[in-house]
Amino acid sequence: MLKVENLVVKYGVIEAIKGISFEVGDGQIVTLIGANGAGKTTTLQTISGLVRPQSGKILLNDRDISREATDKIVKSGLVQVPEGRRVFQQETVEENLILGAYTRKDKAGIKEDLEKVYERFPRLKERHQQLAGTLSGGEQQMLAIGRALMGKPKIMLMDEPSMGLSPLLVREIFSIIREINRDGTTILLVEQNAKMALSIANHAYVLKNGSIVLDGTGEELLRSEEVQKAYLGG
Amino acid sequence: MSGINQFLMQLINGLNIGSIYALIALGYTMVYGIAKLINFAHGDIIMVGAYVSLLCLNTGMPWFLACIVTIVVCAVFGVVMEKLAYKPLRKASRISLLITAIGVSYLLENAFQLIFSANPKPYPGFITLPNIKLGSISIAANYYVTFIVSVVLMVVLNLFIQKTNVGKAMRAVSEDEGAARLMGINVDNTISLTFAIGSALAAIAGILYSNCYSPINPFMGSLPGIKAFIAAVLGGIGSIPGAVLGGFILGMIETMVKAYISSQLLDSIVFTILILMLALKPSGILGKSVKEKV
Repeated sequence: MLKVENLVVKYGVIEAIKGISFEVGDGQIVTLIGANGAGKTTTLQTISGLVRPQSGKILLNDRDISREATDKIVKSGLVQVPEGRRVFQQETVEENLILGAYTRKDKAGIKEDLEKVYERFPRLKERHQQLAGTLSGGEQQMLAIGRALMGKPKIMLMDEPSMGLSPLLVREIFSIIREINRDGTTILLVEQNAKMALSIANHAYVLKNGSIVLDGTGEELLRSEEVQKAYLGG
Repeated sequence: MSGINQFLMQLINGLNIGSIYALIALGYTMVYGIAKLINFAHGDIIMVGAYVSLLCLNTGMPWFLACIVTIVVCAVFGVVMEKLAYKPLRKASRISLLITAIGVSYLLENAFQLIFSANPKPYPGFITLPNIKLGSISIAANYYVTFIVSVVLMVVLNLFIQKTNVGKAMRAVSEDEGAARLMGINVDNTISLTFAIGSALAAIAGILYSNCYSPINPFMGSLPGIKAFIAAVLGGIGSIPGAVLGGFILGMIETMVKAYISSQLLDSIVFTILILMLALKPSGILGKSVKEKV
């Protein structure tokens, strides 16, 4: 589905991503874990076309999208749930969801998907007329995920969906991610909560100072001593 | 004329100039909302609109055609201005943008002075409807047409922004450009469209203004432009209803000051309002200060 080859990203003279390569297979959950500043968010922003890479390729179903504009990328089915949720606070919940379907023209399909999102997140339905800025952090995260689902993604990029949420909500969010994946959406997940991320991932990559230093199945990395020491606090 | 009639006349004057300010302020506020840029050249679009319509009318073109040509020319002009002057600076600091905007304003004023000379040119007003009599006062066509056209435009603009997909995209870009991109919104096109709409409104303001206040000159847009900017700040820059409210409030204050206090002190009083507003409530009457939720 998604293949990143020798990606290099620079901010001025600073090399934030130093030639990383990884792959997200069809229907998989793949996670990038790493400490703050390792380059996780930069990687996702580059894939979404918000940041331009210095060199390297980003292949979405074998098509290089590394120079494409974000709106084209979204149209071809790659949708991101950004870090910090970034819901439109001054719009209602429903308007946020409709904005998620901005690239779609099939009115009937949009309506159907809106109902599906409301089914998955009953809290959003209860509050559909409320301004998104008045929602709690967890609700905003659900809205951000629901909004991304409205774009009918083939692959969904998620940047720190568990950030700032209570342990109970974190578990809920992760079970939602699993569900979405089971319904056929490929997922590339970036997390600082390595334990949770690894427990649901088919494959995982460890990012450190802009390079991939380790990769393996979620289970392998959970057991790896290096990962335990550095990211799992054990 | 009795005191009450005099007051009513001033009220009508205030609504007239207020609606022109509101139309211009809408452009300021929309561009600010989307591109985070105070486009100081915006007032000069009024002047461009006045001259373009004058040229059209002088060729013998019927007035409605002249209006359409003027609106289209100014809209395109606004888009070109954005692409040439502001887009290359999208990632530059705000102060560079601000200075560029002032530069564009001077460029326009002086270019038009070169082309048309600084001599004022009489404007053949074409609003020839009869006056309306309200009791003992009569309202000239220029005045009520300006008011009605402005109010209709504001209502249409509001519907456009609230109801259409493009309008929703504009709101989204205005709140969070990055997130809007991630929705698949083409931000460049949205910014261009904003400049086009703002400039079209300024063109209409220019035509209405010239009808009320002939003759026209290359610097005519400067002061109304600044006043409209004050109106936008007063109402809360970035807020559409704020721009309308600010425009009418400013127009009203101006006329009342002119009539009852002193026409010489007029501009000092108006600018004092700007300073007070910026000092006491910089977000304006209807502006919101958004807080981030963690």
